[in-house]
Amino acid sequence: MPRSSFLNSTLSLGLMLLIWQLTASTINSPVLPSPLLVFNNLLNAIQTGELPRHLGITLYRLTISFFLAMFLGTAIGLILGRHKELNLFFDSWLIILLNVPALVTIILCYIWFGLVETAAIVAVVINKLPNVIVTIREGARNLDTQLLEMASAYRFSPASTLFHVILPQLYPYIMASARTGLALIWKIILVVEMLGRSDGMGFQIHLFFQLFDITSILAYTVSFIIIIQLIEVAILKPLDQRSQRWK
Amino acid sequence: MNQLIVDIKKKSFSTGADSQELTVLKNLSFELSDTEFVCLIGPSGCGKTTLLNIIAGLDDDFNGSININSGHHAVPPSYVFQSPRLLPWRTVLENIQLAINDHDSLPLITHILQQLGLGNNLHSYPNHLSLGMQRRVSLARAFCTPSNLLLMDEPFVSLDQAIARKARELLLSLWREQPRNILFVTHDLDEAYTLADRILFLSNAPTRIIDDIKITLPRAERSENQVSAFKEQLRTNHPALQAFL
Repeated sequence: MPRSSFLNSTLSLGLMLLIWQLTASTINSPVLPSPLLVFNNLLNAIQTGELPRHLGITLYRLTISFFLAMFLGTAIGLILGRHKELNLFFDSWLIILLNVPALVTIILCYIWFGLVETAAIVAVVINKLPNVIVTIREGARNLDTQLLEMASAYRFSPASTLFHVILPQLYPYIMASARTGLALIWKIILVVEMLGRSDGMGFQIHLFFQLFDITSILAYTVSFIIIIQLIEVAILKPLDQRSQRWK
Repeated sequence: MNQLIVDIKKKSFSTGADSQELTVLKNLSFELSDTEFVCLIGPSGCGKTTLLNIIAGLDDDFNGSININSGHHAVPPSYVFQSPRLLPWRTVLENIQLAINDHDSLPLITHILQQLGLGNNLHSYPNHLSLGMQRRVSLARAFCTPSNLLLMDEPFVSLDQAIARKARELLLSLWREQPRNILFVTHDLDEAYTLADRILFLSNAPTRIIDDIKITLPRAERSENQVSAFKEQLRTNHPALQAFL
């Protein structure tokens, strides 16, 4: 029922805007600007080209670190999930990585590599990587041994086995870690930009914070939320549907 | 000239915590040659699947040797498992093409699928087919590979009687068209009698061959009366096989 779910989300978003508007007009203070003000600010920022530039840079960093983390995480998770001894040996590394605070990795990366693009990307990847590994490892442990036996009885090449037997089984795990990963990377990338880059959404928001420009902060946030929704609707959902054809 | 020579001295598993050795197969040897259809019959848990896995090359942790002489080219045996074992995310055609590793054999695949009544299902996904149809796809997959040895592990178990009989007829007609050695595991003596040139009777673990009986009667004449006569003959001439009757 796509129509009713569309109606549902419109109503729910409408209610949120209404509450925002009511609160803003009640307290009537620059701390909480009204939705209309924020919207005007958003349009203005798009027209001047400021917002698209910084958003573009952040999206570029997001794309690179997302694919790096997913690729490395899937490979490592698959290896750990299929080899018990390796997994036992490296498990403690994984737990340490999972528990190092994001801020610490970011600062260490900047200190070790300097305030450069590579450091920013490496910091994001290191923060995301352990989550991907843990999820994919779980999937790799649950691979269907009957199908793997079949593949080996019919002498599938390693590439065939990977693409036709293993990856389709890992698909739900990959999608799950892609979804949670996107959310996590958004959050971390802003901190990374705030601490050591002179462009991007994080840098801008930090700037607005120093200027106490709350309207701009909210406008940038709204643009963010719209982009995330677009990624979900235009990329992730169709991918999900395509992969479910056989069910 | 195609031949399978099985000579297993010993195959054992170590069990659980106390690492005791459990011998499954011991001094088990037999041969298949020149497009023979051989049924293996034995009590459950006697290691029939283990034996097939060893022959298929899935398990190389054993003492002994397996020789598959197939003349000029070495093609691994094809294997029909107890469950169909199809990739659910690939179509029927893709499943077969992946197994035979050759994308030029579409005419052969279509022909075999048509023979099995699956001519309209080339692009179906396995989950959209009935279990009987999935089993036929896995049979088609095995016959599309140009191997000289076909291993079958109770492929028709859990099909109802009528469908199983039809499946056996299809198997025999495919085999006549694409002759090769077949090693067919079953626990059903009637099934073995309708299909086989020879029946090998297996003992309880540690498993060896108790008896090797040739059936000379042509397949067309193997009616139900003949099955009872065959069993009667076994009872009198081979008292060691009492447990199978």
